[in-house]
Amino acid sequence: MSWPSLNLLGQAILSGIFIGGLYGLIGLGLGLTWGLLRQINLAHFGFVFLAAYLSYQMATEWGIDPLATLLVLPPLFFLAGAGMQWLLARFEITPFNSLLVTFGITVVIESIIQGIWTADFRRLETHYNDQKFTIGNFYLPVPELLTLLLSVAIAVLIWAAMRYTDLGKALRAMAQDGPIAAAFGINEKGMSLMLAGVCAALAAVAGICLALTFTLAPSQIFAWVGVVFAAVMLGGLGSALGPLVAGVIIGVSEAVTMAVTAPSWAPIVSFSLLIAMLLLRPDKVGR
Amino acid sequence: MTLTRRLLSIAAVALGAASLVAGSALAQQPPVRIGSTLALTGPLAATALTHKLVGEIYVEQLNARGGLLGRKVEWIVKDDQSKLELARTLYEQLITSDKVDLLMGPYATGAILSAMGVAQRYNKVLIHHTFGIPSLAKYDMQFPAWSLGPDPANTVPNTLFDALAKSAKPPKTIAIVTSKFPSVHFISVGGREVAKKRGLQEVLYLEWDFGNRDFGPIAARVKDAHPDFVWIGDIGLEGNMLLDAMKKIDYTPPIHFHVYPAPGPMTKAADANHALALTIFEEHAPFTNSAVAADFVKTFNERAAKANLPDTHVEVQAAASYTAWQMLEAGVRGAGSFDDKAIAAWLHKNKVNTITGNLRFDGPSNYGDDLMKIKQVQDGRWVVVYPPQFAPLNVKLQVQ
Repeated sequence: MSWPSLNLLGQAILSGIFIGGLYGLIGLGLGLTWGLLRQINLAHFGFVFLAAYLSYQMATEWGIDPLATLLVLPPLFFLAGAGMQWLLARFEITPFNSLLVTFGITVVIESIIQGIWTADFRRLETHYNDQKFTIGNFYLPVPELLTLLLSVAIAVLIWAAMRYTDLGKALRAMAQDGPIAAAFGINEKGMSLMLAGVCAALAAVAGICLALTFTLAPSQIFAWVGVVFAAVMLGGLGSALGPLVAGVIIGVSEAVTMAVTAPSWAPIVSFSLLIAMLLLRPDKVGR
Repeated sequence: MTLTRRLLSIAAVALGAASLVAGSALAQQPPVRIGSTLALTGPLAATALTHKLVGEIYVEQLNARGGLLGRKVEWIVKDDQSKLELARTLYEQLITSDKVDLLMGPYATGAILSAMGVAQRYNKVLIHHTFGIPSLAKYDMQFPAWSLGPDPANTVPNTLFDALAKSAKPPKTIAIVTSKFPSVHFISVGGREVAKKRGLQEVLYLEWDFGNRDFGPIAARVKDAHPDFVWIGDIGLEGNMLLDAMKKIDYTPPIHFHVYPAPGPMTKAADANHALALTIFEEHAPFTNSAVAADFVKTFNERAAKANLPDTHVEVQAAASYTAWQMLEAGVRGAGSFDDKAIAAWLHKNKVNTITGNLRFDGPSNYGDDLMKIKQVQDGRWVVVYPPQFAPLNVKLQVQ
């Protein structure tokens, strides 16, 4: 194993930060529903890819700027997420059963995507793909940079909302003890619908970023599950900033592994980190 | 009416009646049922849909020619959902429950291997179009249309390096980066060995897992290694993703070879001009010199456009599929029977003239010659550049 050049290492770290931002963005909605609603929502990944394909469709077929789809898709997905939460609440789905039900929903979404856009790979070709900034010898591609900026901005915004607004405090109270929170006048059902809607809207934002930076295929939905779960577990359930920080740590670790050793070692990094945390700091994982 | 005219009328009526009886007897014969699965859904569906269309075209053409040994042909194709275990179950069903007369292979190495086990259990001939690892094909009554030869890990890289050695700028250093996808990886490992033997200096060797998301660090390592030539062991869109990642750091490889790229998307990729890959058929002369090939290309182009396939050109996949059907037809006609053992015996002893070349099945694992050629993206389309006799007029391998 030869030590990589500083240039290679720097570029790899940048690459890791960028993909880590996307891990964090996808993980944010998943972690919030898991931590605050006690639902392991695998359909979140289906929503991410559905939004990615819709963004692809709107940009390639209808000529809409991919960033403009940020104005359209999140509100639509808010409604879809709230609708799904209403159904889950209506049938009193337990946390474990939510895993099975939302897995089923993801499979349905995958089939719908495949039915409409086929199983073939799709690539969103936009003018953003060719744009990049250069700092010294390092390159910062615009789509990746936008994804990171959005990820940081949204995570900070949600963190601030959770910490400083009445709404955020109500959500945290509801997560800690629903009946007591309800006794203090918190509308648990309404709050759940709103939170599920926001998380689905976050999935839409993540999907648009995914379409900007990655090649799409329906079967890729499940390829993201493991690493994003690791980011959520490491970052903390219900945490706004945790998945982003954990995502960046995982992304950089993977990228440096690829730069220093064989790239095929990279996928085990996220799970090794998770296992290490479980062994060394079990009290910090999933909290 | 004279006696002669009366006799002639009687003869004509008798002939007409006889032909009607014979015709109705032929029509009453049950159709020959050919069973297969294809990955009509799941991750392999994009390419498998090409095989489905080719099969439909071939069966239609075959029936228009009168079918097989005077019987109409019916093709039963089931969806294996890109799952190996399901392919095995469905082939078992096709033989035991649907009671098909003949088999045609599924799409891709893993499913073919599953189907091969079932075919072996029931002593059925299995002709397949896309099996990538010849050494794994142990069954005596399997016959490949994918003409890699019995030792592609050696012959394919040698064909490529022969082509590069005769180019205007033969490479001296090589970077090999490869997916660990089975039918790709072993050819890349073979390429590594052959490159060493031929004196190319290896400046980088990397492997990634199939499904890798981030190609940025791999692109950075290739750029850092400054190779004259990059061997990319890719399948599907992995090559496109790597080229995208290279573009983001302002790097274009001097010349690059792709093992199994997605042919359509690769021609459209911005930095894919001069990309090299393998082929057994492309839509230009001399491949289209035969009337059969030309007719197939025309029909496929039209039908693929109607079916909304992303790539309407006939290239390796469609040609291999058509070849497999030609082999099955030749085997049945040659044996004069639908008996599997008779068909296998005929195929072992005879060559089959197909649109991808004259195929023989008497080598190790029933593989014949390595018919792979080197193609290159030039001005947004694939053209064969090596061996030169398969290249269009005035087309040569281009290097930067």
